[in-house]
Formats: sequence, structure tokens, C-alpha cells
Amino acid sequence: MFSKTSQNVRNDRIEGRWRTLFLVMTALLILPVVIILTLLIIRGGPAITWEFISGFPIKGMTQGGIFPALMGTIFLVSLGLVFSVPLGIAAAIYLSEYASDNKLTRIINLAIINLAGVPSIVHALFGLGAFVLFMEFGTSILAASLTLAIMALPVVIVATKESLEAVPYAFREACWSLGATKWQTIRKIVLPNAVSGILTGVILEVSRTAGETAPIMFTGAAFFLPFLPESVYDQTMALSLHLFVVATQVPNVPESLPYGVALLLIMLVLLMNALSIGFRVRFRSKKKW
Amino acid sequence: MGKLPIPEPQIMWRVALVDNSKNENPFGEVISMEHHIDDPSNDSTPKNAVETTDLSLWYGSFQALFNVNFKVKQGLVTSLIGPSGCGKSTLLRSVNRINERFGYVRTEGQVHVLGQDIYAPTVDKTQVRSQIGMVFQRPNPLPVTIRKNILFGYHLKNPGRVAASVEDELVEKSLREVLLWDDLKDKLNHSALSLSLEQQQKLCIARLLPVKPKVILMDEPCSALDPEATAAIEDLIWDLRGEYTILIVTHNMAQARRASDECAFMLMGKMVEHGKTEDIFVTPDHQQTADYIEGKFG
Ligand SMILES: Nc1ncnc2c1ncn2[C@@H]1O[C@H](COP(=O)(O)OP(=O)(O)OP(=O)(O)O)[C@@H](O)[C@H]1O
Ligand SMILES: [Mg+2]
Repeated sequence: MFSKTSQNVRNDRIEGRWRTLFLVMTALLILPVVIILTLLIIRGGPAITWEFISGFPIKGMTQGGIFPALMGTIFLVSLGLVFSVPLGIAAAIYLSEYASDNKLTRIINLAIINLAGVPSIVHALFGLGAFVLFMEFGTSILAASLTLAIMALPVVIVATKESLEAVPYAFREACWSLGATKWQTIRKIVLPNAVSGILTGVILEVSRTAGETAPIMFTGAAFFLPFLPESVYDQTMALSLHLFVVATQVPNVPESLPYGVALLLIMLVLLMNALSIGFRVRFRSKKKW
Repeated sequence: MGKLPIPEPQIMWRVALVDNSKNENPFGEVISMEHHIDDPSNDSTPKNAVETTDLSLWYGSFQALFNVNFKVKQGLVTSLIGPSGCGKSTLLRSVNRINERFGYVRTEGQVHVLGQDIYAPTVDKTQVRSQIGMVFQRPNPLPVTIRKNILFGYHLKNPGRVAASVEDELVEKSLREVLLWDDLKDKLNHSALSLSLEQQQKLCIARLLPVKPKVILMDEPCSALDPEATAAIEDLIWDLRGEYTILIVTHNMAQARRASDECAFMLMGKMVEHGKTEDIFVTPDHQQTADYIEGKFG
């Protein structure tokens, strides 16, 4: 009654084929990542020394360190965060907790999701037009950060909305039934339970903007500056642009230099991702629903 | 810049504030009332705690309640029965205005709680909700500690610092009233979500008590519980009877019969019949009521 029939045998064979196919696809996907990382570590690893991280570029950027670029990226990303995080979280709270579910809200939500898919070069040109020229910030850290912020906003909003919506509705209802206003409910129950998700989303977004080149190229990142910026109206170097420059624009660069810059950039991004995964794991273990 | 004139902390002032809040009327207006009836069954004409007048309610274009006239007597347990979808929850939820979270809900008619129109423009709906407690079908303690759950409503009504001794007393009193104190007194700082469902539901009742609600609404409070826990909650409801007016929705005929003073039967958004529980179950006026009680439809 329970023995294998020819139909079972055929099913097993088909099952095996699909399994193999999916496995191969996964391997093909992972392989390039592994190759890139290995190559970067082998070629760029030796370049990464303390002098490389803390020194200024010298001899037409063919030698020396990348300190101003590293600092520039940190400035740009952090200032971008200062703009995008409060704004994004506030907008997400409004959209998911206050806005009534009507056509307009749905259109806005759709627009935000689509904004996240706008190519970064479009944001770059918008930043150039709006911040550099119209608002007369010039090519500056301020203009570049604002451009990065605009680019990050939709992602911050979507991540925040998702984390807010993951907090069970029953909690809100319980709060309201005890006489809490919407804001009291958000502050005491919803936000504390959504904060891990929001943080995860924000950090992931940071790691993404840290690597962006186009949006800052037109708005505030400089080809080469032998000093650190003094105010937000100065230009700055940035890692991503520096990588592009030493890899394609400068002659006689030793091979290990661009690899070193790339490795450093990837390490920065991976560090951020690891941080966000760490948060997620830590908070998830505390949740009980 | 000069210094801001910060008033000296005044002890008397604080006391006066606290005192004030005790005398405060349910929804911020002046009315006089008595709501402590020691033995409701001896009171021949109990007052109405809840009274709806021609209450109709629409979800968008769908009408869920049709001219419901319903009086819930003070201090009694009133059960609300009827087939699924007949509007029991809707009626219950219009008594604490929690239905309004949906933008598309429209209400006509009046709901008076202890003599006050809770839909009047001067009424604040957070006041309504805090003084008309609600227990939900699925126990929904907040994801904070047991202690914070109990004090949540109290802190909303009494912002600012509350002496720890006052808090301790409230927590103990509330937990004792729902018979949880002995089990939970050593884990007040544990998460409320770690409790059993029965304990969670009792906690959900306990957290209503510190704000001294006038009316407690319960929407199928036992349907997520096993028979033993159900019996425990029923006992508890019976204990709270008298001090609180309880309106309870149930699908469980046996429960309505043994655990309520009065019973109301609804059908398709209309109030069919309302009377003493024994009358409804033994000699209902309407055939539909009899059929429903006998389980001919559900
Ligand atoms: N939020 C809502 N939006 C639209 N229609 C609703 C909503 N809530 C309830 N309804 C409708 O209103 C009617 C009454 O629903 P209600 O939940 O009050 O019934 P109920 O008697 O509590 O049923 P049950 O015994 O299943 O809980 C139903 O037909 C239901 O479909
Ligand atoms: Mg219901």
C-alpha cells in the first residue's frame, strides 16, 4: 500500500531536478560576491595601513592616504541623516497612524514607494538645481547632504511605516480604550516597539547612501582637496568619488590604491549592515508576540 | 535673557489638584450621581447606566444598527446575545466611542451614559473611553510589565509624578479584585505577555479598575479561553457586579444564562427583546428569540 509507484519515482526525479536548478542559481548569485570580496582583500588588503587611513593623498593622489575622503563621507552621511531621519519618521507616523485611509493617502503612499526607485542621477540633478543653484548653497557639504537626504527619505519612510505597522493593532486598541490619545499611544506603546525596525531601516539606508557617487558629485564632493572642510558651505572629498577618480581619472596610480579604497568602502558598508543585523537580532529576541 | 519665573513647588497646590480630580465629573461637566449601589437586586428601580435612543450606525453605506433603544441598568450584568454579524460588537463599541477610529463610521441617535450624552460636542472622547472600560475578545495586555499595565490608565488620567506607595496600593488592590494578587505579587515587573491567557484577561480587567470606570464593556471576553478559565472569568464578573455596571457580549447561551441579570437579544442590527435573563430564556416574547436560544439558527 505504501510502496513506491512509478509515479512516485517520476515525481522524485522531477523534484531532484528543480532542487538542483535552484541550488545552481543560488551558487551563481553568491559566486560573484565571493570573488569580488576575495579579489579586494588580496589586492587591496596590503594597502590598508594606518597611514593610508589617517594620511592625506599626496603626489597627485598616487600615494598617501584617504583621510579627507573618509571624513568627507562620514560628514555627508551624518548630516544627511540629520535631515532625513526626523523628517522621514514624522512623515511615516503621520501616514500610518493619523492619515485616514482614503484615495489621496494611497496615492501618496504609492508615490513614496516609487520615489525610492528614482535613479540616483536624477536626484543628483535635482540637488544641483534645487540646493546648489536655486537655494544658492553652492557646491557644498550642505547641498550634497540635502541631496542624499532627499534620496534616503522614501526608504526611511517605508522602513518606518513597516515597523509601525508591525506593531499589533490590538495594542493600539487597548491603549485607546484606556483613554489614551493617538499621540500617547504612539509615544508609549507603538514607537518603543517599532524602534528596532526603524533603526535597522535607517542603518541600512546609511550604508546605501555611503556608497552613492552621482548625487554628491554635482552637489558637493570635490575631486581633490588637500584639507578638511571647515563648514557645511565647503566642499569635501568623499570615498566613493575618490574611488572613481583614482580608478579612472588619475594616471600612474599603483594598482593596490583603488583596491584599497574600494575595500575600505565595502568594509564601512558591511560594518553598518552588521550593526543593523545586530540590532534586529537583539530586539527580536526581546519581543514576545 | 532674564530668568524664567518658575513657581516654587507648592505642596498644597498639588493636593488641591489631586482632590479636584477626585470630584471631577465623568465627562468634564457638572452632574450629580450615585453609582455605588450595594445590593442592586434589592433596588426595585435601578437607574440606567447606559441608555441608547434611536441609535443607528453606518459603516460607510452599510447600516449595522437600526434605531436601537436599549437600557442597561446600573450595577447589573447585562448580556447581549444574537447571531454572528447582528451588530452586538458594534453596539458595544458605540458605547465607548471606539468605533470612531474608522473614518467612515456615522452614528445617529443618542447614547447616554449615567445621564450624559456621550456624543455631545462638549464631551471629550478620551474621557469617555477611560471611564467606560472595555475588555476585548482576545486578551490584549500591553507589551509592558504587569505593573505598568495596571497603572497605564491611571497615569493617563493623572500625569506627573505619583507617589510609589499610591501606585503600589493601586496595583495590589486591582490585582486582588481580580484574584491575581497571590499569583503575581512576586512578578509585577515581568512582561504581561508572559502570562497565561486567563491571567492576561484578568489583567485586562484589573487595569480598568484604578480609574474607577462606571461601566465595563466586554466583547466575548471568554471566547479565547478554555472552560476552566471561562468559569474563573465568569466568577470574577459576578464579583464585580454591583460596583460596576457590566455589559457583556456572548455567544455562549449557558454563560448568558448563568452569569447575567438581564439579557438582550439582537437580530440584524435591531434590538428584538430585552428583559430579565430568566424571562428571556424561559418565556421569550418573540419566536425569533426562542429559536435562537434553542439553537435553531446561529
Ligand atoms: N469595521 C467595519 N467596517 C465595515 N463593516 C463592519 C465593520 N465592523 C463590522 N461590520 C459589519 O457590521 C455588522 C455587525 O458587525 P458586528 O461586529 O457588530 O457583529 P457581531 O454581532 O459582533 O458579530 P460577531 O458575533 O461575529 O462578533 C456585520 O455585518 C459586519 O460585517
Ligand atoms: Mg462581535
